[in-house]
Amino acid sequence: MNKETLSPALSQGRGGNAAIANPIRPAFDAHDEPGSVVVSIGPSHPATHGTIQVIAALDGERVKRVDVHCGYLHRGFEKECEAHTWHNLIPYVDRLNYCSGLINNFAYCEAVEKLMGIEMTPRCRYLRTLLSEYSRIADHLTCIAASLMELGAMTPFLYLVMIRDYIYEHLAALTGARVTYTYGRIGGLARDLPEGWLARLSEILDQYQDFIGRVHGLMDRNRIFIDRTRNVGAITAAEAIHWGITGPILRSSGAPRDLRKDTPYLAYAELDFDVPVGINGDNYDRYYVRMREMDESVYMIRQLMEMLPEGPINVDDRRCTFPEKTLVYSEIESLINHFKLVMDGPSVPAGEVYFSHEAPNGELGFYLVSDGSGTPYKVHVRSPSFVHMGGLARLLEGYQLADIIPTFGSVNMIGGECDR
Amino acid sequence: MNVPLPVPLPPALEVAAAEVLATARALKAQGCFDLLIDVTAVDWPQRTPRFDVVYHFYSTATFARVRVKTRVTESDPTVDSLVPLYGSALFMERECHEMYGITFRGHPDLRPILLYEGFEGHPLRKDYPIGREQPLVKFIK
Amino acid sequence: MATAPATIPIYPTEKAGHSGFEYFSTRKDELVGWARKFSLFPYPFVTACCAMEFMAVSSTPYDTDRFGAALPRFSPRQSDLLMVVGTVTHKQAPILLKVYEQMCEPKWVMAFGACATSGGFYQNYAAVAGIDKIIPVDIYVPGCPPRPETVIDAIMKLQARIAGDHHPILTDKF
Repeated sequence: MNKETLSPALSQGRGGNAAIANPIRPAFDAHDEPGSVVVSIGPSHPATHGTIQVIAALDGERVKRVDVHCGYLHRGFEKECEAHTWHNLIPYVDRLNYCSGLINNFAYCEAVEKLMGIEMTPRCRYLRTLLSEYSRIADHLTCIAASLMELGAMTPFLYLVMIRDYIYEHLAALTGARVTYTYGRIGGLARDLPEGWLARLSEILDQYQDFIGRVHGLMDRNRIFIDRTRNVGAITAAEAIHWGITGPILRSSGAPRDLRKDTPYLAYAELDFDVPVGINGDNYDRYYVRMREMDESVYMIRQLMEMLPEGPINVDDRRCTFPEKTLVYSEIESLINHFKLVMDGPSVPAGEVYFSHEAPNGELGFYLVSDGSGTPYKVHVRSPSFVHMGGLARLLEGYQLADIIPTFGSVNMIGGECDR
Repeated sequence: MNVPLPVPLPPALEVAAAEVLATARALKAQGCFDLLIDVTAVDWPQRTPRFDVVYHFYSTATFARVRVKTRVTESDPTVDSLVPLYGSALFMERECHEMYGITFRGHPDLRPILLYEGFEGHPLRKDYPIGREQPLVKFIK
Repeated sequence: MATAPATIPIYPTEKAGHSGFEYFSTRKDELVGWARKFSLFPYPFVTACCAMEFMAVSSTPYDTDRFGAALPRFSPRQSDLLMVVGTVTHKQAPILLKVYEQMCEPKWVMAFGACATSGGFYQNYAAVAGIDKIIPVDIYVPGCPPRPETVIDAIMKLQARIAGDHHPILTDKF
């Protein structure tokens, strides 16, 4: 790059001598922690998957005190939702936990459906369950692949990301996008399964089972892996609940709490599956709980493939379902219906609802407040990652500097969900 | 202060702002609501009192859920903090504070969490315009 | 009546210096450009959802390694391509500027994804509407998130630009 192409503002005054604002105020600095070194890990760090800043006071290698700063990816989701219709904000919802975009879609759509008093069709229910489990596999693959890569295990990363790529291409054949799908609709789904989709699904699940066997073989009884993850970042079930922790982290500490089993939603009540539970609540247990959850998800998907009924995917309700395009172009009622749905949004009766799904990270809840119009009054996301960041200090303090990254990886903080 | 809980417990409870901590204590002790799921607020600018502070609780023993709502005014948006009871309240109340301006009495650390130092205003209030940016870095374009 | 055939007027170019020196300098630029384009060291400044596609483009079957652009260098001092992957918020902007300023010349910036290019659909108080408001950008990759093929196309276009660029290495003219 030539210096001449830089604007004057950049080439003078903003060079190395100009002060750059610090966006945070740390809870402590070197004076408060005498005898320790204060380092800032992040917010642009190769190994923290997501933008987070961990200010750690170190005594040699031991972490004495930790101050976690999130918010570097705060994109104003809730404010944007208040400016869009109930339908238009579905793409924003996708980008919360972007590793498992479909679960965000379905959790939001079901919350709106509860508020509207709509019950989805049977095919939609089973298909949403199947796709939720498929998304869960993709999320756990990403989490495990990334955290293993941080420990130095490059081969499982490449295996798992390869399977994840098959899943992305497969979902692109269904929804049109690889990562952020915008596939859920209020009252149903965007489109039905294309030809041959279930056959390819079966192939991918078989390939998954082959590759996951290899990862198990490489990691499960690997001396180095066990030494690095056993008894590191341990938490008990009671402490986890005190810090609001749900999901695989809570299950790894021994409490078999899973919304899919405890308060079943979608089609989970009809499925046969186990809830894997750990022993110590350490990094090894979190890795293993996620591996087993993926296997359970595959088992659930195979059951759902058998159970999938025929029928329409969208509920036949003018308040939220877009009419068929052929009708929109020929009938005036459908044209007006379509116009109203696009311009004003589906009119959701005034009220409030809180509804949650078991996301791969924990309890993902939507608290919706409606004032009766087509635009939400408030959309609040109860995001598991944000709550887990509150408890992160408890998992990091007392362990070593080198344990910060694996522990952080096993917590699976997703920036889009944490900072919203 | 002992706050009697209605039996059977309705899905949503409206309490006075001064009774929030006592209600939470009663819920935790009698109702086994050990998980504080969420703390948030809703802004009703046309109404006095202006803000609703909303809490969601979950019981890992009975799988029950309850919503607790309280109202606070714009001139004194203060409510007791639940940090002594639930560790999860730490970050959630910080977010509610910076987004709406609700002060949580007894919270050890009300620094901005999603926003940054120097940000003025409370963005999720209805009178904060969505496009008002407060850049930290001088723009070159 | 036959009209005169249209002609393109030819004007003599201005000689910009000693022609022998220009020839040598152009060959040197081609050599340095070739070396620099095939050994890009990206600094993946990863923030959001585009990270998923960044991970995908670095692995099979898309693989940036065959373009020489696979090895990330997580220190700004050691890298030359700043890939800003994902939304940059106002809170993150000072960090981005600091990393950019710590990088040494020559450096290139890739705005990966719609949010880095223009803010995407986050036009609100929190997100910067495009990183080119803060740092100069060489190549913009559209998509939300961009398909891996789009990223590879962007890397190839950037490589074509680097190949044809002027690379002063000894002085600021040569």
